[in-house]
Amino acid sequence: MKLLKRTTKIDFMSFAGAALVLSVTLNVLSIVSLATRGLNYGLDFTGGTLIEVSYSSPPTIAEVRQHLAAAGMPDSVVQSFGTATDIVVRIPPRAEGESSADISTHVLQALQQGVEGEITMRRVEFVGPQVGDDLTDQGILAVIYSLVGIFFYLMFRFQWRFSVGAVVATIHDVFVCMGFLSVFQVEFDLTAVAALLAVIGYSVNDTVVVFDRIRENFPRMLKALPRDVINASINQTLSRTLMMSLTVLLTLIALYLFGGKIIHSFSVTLLVGVVVGTYSSIYVASAAVLYLGVSKYDLMPVEKEGARAAIDSRP
Amino acid sequence: MNQYPAWKYLLVLFILLAGIIYALPNLYGEDPALQVTPARGFAIPPDLQKTIEDALAAEQIKYKSREQAGNRVLYRFNSSEDQLLADNVLKKTLGEQYVVALNLAHSTPPWLRAIGAKPMTLGLDLQGGVHFLMQVDMETARSQQLDRFVDEIRAALRDKGIRYVSVRREGNGLLVLLRSAEDRDRTSELMSSDQSMRGLDLVNQAIGDKFGITAKVKEKQLIELQQTALKQNVTTLRNRVNELGVAEPIIQQQGADRVVVQLPGLQDTAIAKTIIGATATLEYRAVDEQNDAFTAAQTGRIPPESRLYKQNTGQPVLLKKRLIVSGDQLIGASSGFDQRSGEPQVSVTLDGLGADSMLKFTRDNVGNRMAVVYIEQKPGGRKIEEVISVAVVREPFGKRFQTTGLKSMAEASQLALLLRAGALAAPMEIIEERTVGPSLGADNIAQGFKSVVIGSLLVIALMAFYYRIFGIIANLALLANIVLSIALLSLLGATLTMPGIAGIVLTVGMAVDANVLIFERIREELRNGNTPQASIRAGYDKAFSTIADANLTTLIATFFLFLFGTGPVKGFAVTLSLGIMTSMFTAIMGTRAVINLRYGGKHRVAQLSV
Repeated sequence: MKLLKRTTKIDFMSFAGAALVLSVTLNVLSIVSLATRGLNYGLDFTGGTLIEVSYSSPPTIAEVRQHLAAAGMPDSVVQSFGTATDIVVRIPPRAEGESSADISTHVLQALQQGVEGEITMRRVEFVGPQVGDDLTDQGILAVIYSLVGIFFYLMFRFQWRFSVGAVVATIHDVFVCMGFLSVFQVEFDLTAVAALLAVIGYSVNDTVVVFDRIRENFPRMLKALPRDVINASINQTLSRTLMMSLTVLLTLIALYLFGGKIIHSFSVTLLVGVVVGTYSSIYVASAAVLYLGVSKYDLMPVEKEGARAAIDSRP
Repeated sequence: MNQYPAWKYLLVLFILLAGIIYALPNLYGEDPALQVTPARGFAIPPDLQKTIEDALAAEQIKYKSREQAGNRVLYRFNSSEDQLLADNVLKKTLGEQYVVALNLAHSTPPWLRAIGAKPMTLGLDLQGGVHFLMQVDMETARSQQLDRFVDEIRAALRDKGIRYVSVRREGNGLLVLLRSAEDRDRTSELMSSDQSMRGLDLVNQAIGDKFGITAKVKEKQLIELQQTALKQNVTTLRNRVNELGVAEPIIQQQGADRVVVQLPGLQDTAIAKTIIGATATLEYRAVDEQNDAFTAAQTGRIPPESRLYKQNTGQPVLLKKRLIVSGDQLIGASSGFDQRSGEPQVSVTLDGLGADSMLKFTRDNVGNRMAVVYIEQKPGGRKIEEVISVAVVREPFGKRFQTTGLKSMAEASQLALLLRAGALAAPMEIIEERTVGPSLGADNIAQGFKSVVIGSLLVIALMAFYYRIFGIIANLALLANIVLSIALLSLLGATLTMPGIAGIVLTVGMAVDANVLIFERIREELRNGNTPQASIRAGYDKAFSTIADANLTTLIATFFLFLFGTGPVKGFAVTLSLGIMTSMFTAIMGTRAVINLRYGGKHRVAQLSV
């Protein structure tokens, strides 16, 4: 079976202008949404308490709220979680006074009061305000260091234009993913941070495969324009690109459908990231390399350059 | 012709076999077990096993096997009924000297254990349990240290008969005010020659008509103080957690001022919080030498000025009610060897007030005995009091003294640890709590397992459909990759968490990429009219640098994820990067070996099923 009958001859770069408009639009939308709506930060970042409990019969959310209000926690948010018998109670961080870690104990007592049957504690998460700030810093640092690391690796293996292309494409992907999370208010928790870093890994992986082909094709297509070399490279790797996206998407769909709600944000972020990452390898990374004026001289094998230089320097 | 030399086939086979063997322990279940550890970390007495086994035999409870490792004895049982019965019996028999904890011990067969194979540890999100992150209040630790300096300086000045105007804290340092320049010089000399005040920077300063010395705590001293406070808190926590009877607790320092406490299997956070927040302290008391402890214990007639205590050896001892020194006056305790006799000893340092009263007591009581009582406040107002050491006073001493006559170095370090545990450490606050109930843990495992299986099946179906026989070979490599990742995770003692499972699922999707790259190359070569054999060779050769570049850049991202991530995110980074690394082996060398075996030997291969 073949996805594509033979090597395609699509003129990808002729759509580069349209793609540029699309990418800029997506990024502007993302930034606007991040600035206005912001991210739906999870407990890991905001601090506070989250308690998931399971009832033997479906509880009435309004009643649960009343019990909590009566117990002195009117600011708690009650939501059903997954099934009808499971609820999640979120309590914002307390300013001062009440010993933070005791809250969960009080909530469980308050919840038990209103019901006949046993309630089962499924999970309690309490995060103090000290922790969230650290996480934000560490997340941002992780992204920056990975980008720097990738930039230098590609500069060493390819050339600076490729580094710029890959890093721009990756930043593009990170923004679009975060924009998606912001527009649809998907909870942004620790697993989403992990997913963003995985998106960076995936996106660069995909980009490097195309770059590798470009590097291989330049010496072979000495008479061709850079634009044609890039087009040919994308076409030659296209069936691999599609196949790779497909296998990763399949596993992510399995994770999204069967992995449970705890890693929901993770699978959503990566699902978006894989689609955007595939698009950006072609239209952001490769197009950027083209715009930056890549030429066959940039990628001549190093040994030959050295040899020529040695010849030139002879008196 | 595509053939590997024999050693390459053997290498692939060997690595695969090793992978299977080291992944194997994960398939075995768990035995219900009981774990017995001495309370507060004493060494296990040699007759403990006999005591336990006699008690079990008396109740006709059979155990499956016994093992002793380090400071714990583990008994495996055939059923959880036996385990619970035995738990009751042992708790009654052993009393508060030992902690008996329910445990699920991996039933890895001995031959696997002998080669170091063990199953992966499940994270708290998979097996249920409590995770606390605690922050040590360094501000308070610092201010306590300053108070101690104030006490010490006052005591030293009184001792030398130097009259001072005042000694007090001044912001982040101290201020000593004296009447004359001569007094100031003597004080300055005294302070700089005193061992325990070496961490102070002294500056002379005239204040009004008074002669002052300002003392600032050196940066190095502050860092040292911080580290000591943290270590002390970790020790104290470890002792307290032992009381909870949790099978395999983790208590670890994290960063400069945090401690992680993980209690797998524990559900009742309320109890955990009280115990962790409990207070332990110490008291130095004089031994009542006029009355006999054994008679007092037997007759119940206890002299009015004394109290009856029990030693940790079980023997009774009579101690005076008047307190000599209490735990908050103890600054430090460390074990070492006596420089003259070479005997093990514990050096104790007291603060100024403690030193004064210790000196007063020892001056009048040379030749008499002195005891250390360890007191721990339990939830519900219960108190545990135990005499941990009784020693003869050889000469008068104050601030610093040594306890000798200890049987072994182990006993010395044990005593030092207990002394420190009882001493007042910096206060701690819980800044993060994560509790996962057992039902959620089980659900998480089931869901994680399901998504790995379904994800893999989807990829396997796609590959087989798309690349035919080559696809099936890639699928073998994929399965081998999962086995190798699990083997490596088990071998490294990594903890498997839910994000870790997500990492495995993602690896499944990304691992076949190498094969996709290779197979697409082979197809290309075939289209260009090359022979099958040449196409295979060229496909593998040309795809290699692409695979290496692509995977290395992904590894760069996962490396920083590991570096900056905490807890579960780290787990994801570990499984993903291990999976990528093993996939380089299985997808390149593994599939090549199979393809070489299948096609390599034949001179003419009409068609490749790719």
